[in-house]
Amino acid sequence: MLQGDHMGMTLTVLDLDTENLGYFGHCAKHAFHLQQCAKCDLLHYPPTTTCPFCGNPEQTWTPVEGRGTVYSYAEVHHAIQPGFKGHTPYMVLLVELDTQKGKPTEHDALRVVGNFVTPDGEMAPPEMVKTIGIGSRMRMVFRDVSEGLSLPMWTLDEAADQPATPWRYAQE
Amino acid sequence: MSLDSVSEIDTTTPRTLRDRYAIVGVGETPYVRGAGRTTRSLATLAIGNAMRDAGLEAGDIDGMLSYSMNDSTPAPFIAGDLGIRLNFYMDCYGGGSSTEALIGMATGVIAAGMCKTVAVFRAMNGFSQVRIGGTGARSAIPTVGDDLHSRAYGWQSAGQMFAPTFLRHMYEFGTTPEQVAMVKVIHSEHASRNPKALYPKPVTVDEVLNSRMICKPLHLLDCCVETDNATCVIVTSADRAKDCRNPPALIRSVVGRVCKPRIDMHYQRGPITTVAGHYGKDILWPNAGLGPEDVDVTGSYDAFTFTTMLQLEDYGFCRKGEGGQYVSDGTMRLGGRRPNNTSGGHLCEGYTHGMNMVIENVRQIRGEVDDDCPIGPDGKRQHTYDYGHNGRCRQVKDVNVTANLGWAHPGTGSAMIMARA
Repeated sequence: MLQGDHMGMTLTVLDLDTENLGYFGHCAKHAFHLQQCAKCDLLHYPPTTTCPFCGNPEQTWTPVEGRGTVYSYAEVHHAIQPGFKGHTPYMVLLVELDTQKGKPTEHDALRVVGNFVTPDGEMAPPEMVKTIGIGSRMRMVFRDVSEGLSLPMWTLDEAADQPATPWRYAQE
Repeated sequence: MSLDSVSEIDTTTPRTLRDRYAIVGVGETPYVRGAGRTTRSLATLAIGNAMRDAGLEAGDIDGMLSYSMNDSTPAPFIAGDLGIRLNFYMDCYGGGSSTEALIGMATGVIAAGMCKTVAVFRAMNGFSQVRIGGTGARSAIPTVGDDLHSRAYGWQSAGQMFAPTFLRHMYEFGTTPEQVAMVKVIHSEHASRNPKALYPKPVTVDEVLNSRMICKPLHLLDCCVETDNATCVIVTSADRAKDCRNPPALIRSVVGRVCKPRIDMHYQRGPITTVAGHYGKDILWPNAGLGPEDVDVTGSYDAFTFTTMLQLEDYGFCRKGEGGQYVSDGTMRLGGRRPNNTSGGHLCEGYTHGMNMVIENVRQIRGEVDDDCPIGPDGKRQHTYDYGHNGRCRQVKDVNVTANLGWAHPGTGSAMIMARA
């Protein structure tokens, strides 16, 4: 069992949860892997028991580049969990990976969840939150929670061309 | 009411059930914050009210269906308190799409001959005990499984979870904050004519946009009001409905709990601005034998302002992306072409997990909405149909067909068409 305290919550990966054990096992090494179907070759996210595209249970963990574009987001000003209250406003990003974009159909993609963080994995401060939106280019970083448990997060991709004005909700 | 042959039934097109079943009783407890009662007590009161409304006694009811999110009391206990012996019951776990789905289930079990009259209820101390928003009793649960990819990121409440869908809609279609706020404005106007509403005060667009930001694009006033209450609707056959006290609301069509692909993470597949109603409409309308243009009153699941627009679009009341326009052009206002949530809905009347919009539409079909119009010599309200600024009426004139659009989240939806006999 993997366990650790993160933002005032206890995160637990149960021993019988083999899919999440596999996923977080790679994350602990700061490597992003997704399940790839042995039959149809499609990757999928988050970890599941069978391929959601063809139902085949045989899957292999495949390294995937942690780069993509903000597809949409939530910007939380009123936190629910006590541990997040000191970090508002914080962003939950849905980042559409470059990998497998538009497959199996044009509107499908791997859209990976993560908070917007600084390059060293800390929650992005309020002034930084205002700088990104839909269209921003992001790269994955890992935030260590405990021995053997790390969470994928998103930070600005400094090397990428950024949109002049990423789309943000009208009211700041 | 027996079907000639089970094999006639195509599970995706149960048109054979059209108008054969009806809602004959509706009841609720007051919409309050701090009921001071158990869910067991609330449920017995609401069901008792619905039984009186239908003119039914304990011996007439033999089926019971309820839904909860581990925050209610199971049906057999409630039945016992009311002196009801059940031939069929089911308590399921489920969100706001359960309302119409369980009403559909009631028609199915009656059609199957498993029972004859079903009370569908939802009881919740949604403010004082378990809050759907995730605070209170539910806040201390461990973070395991799928929650490791959501809750771990501070992404757990309904408003937080739906926000990417809403923002993407604004990005793709240019939906404005003012259009979204207008949903609350309209529902608050409706609630101001509802003596039972928890929030009966009309609000303006500016008041919505100036209220505290909760999670973009949702301000405080974009969110529904967590409430303590119980609600009940009673379903029986159209034949038995003739013996009940009030005119029936015939069940023309139900689509129950349709889901998008990848329900675990529905934004993995397809445009995330499309919600489950997009799939549900292809069952709902053919089975009803009519279309959106035939509907007089709608009931949307307004957990948030934005959910109303998404449902109206995907069920085909307007084109995809034009929900904002539908709201701002007055279509869903009292006096407009197709009023929505005439009681004020979840945003203003109270949050009942989907039930109160069905109750309201049953009353609309009967022509007996409880507003501030004068009572006539026959003891019934004499509706003025004055929807102007100082009007006190919320009864829509000549309601023949209503639509209820259930929602649990963007990936799950159910719906029901009701009609006057």
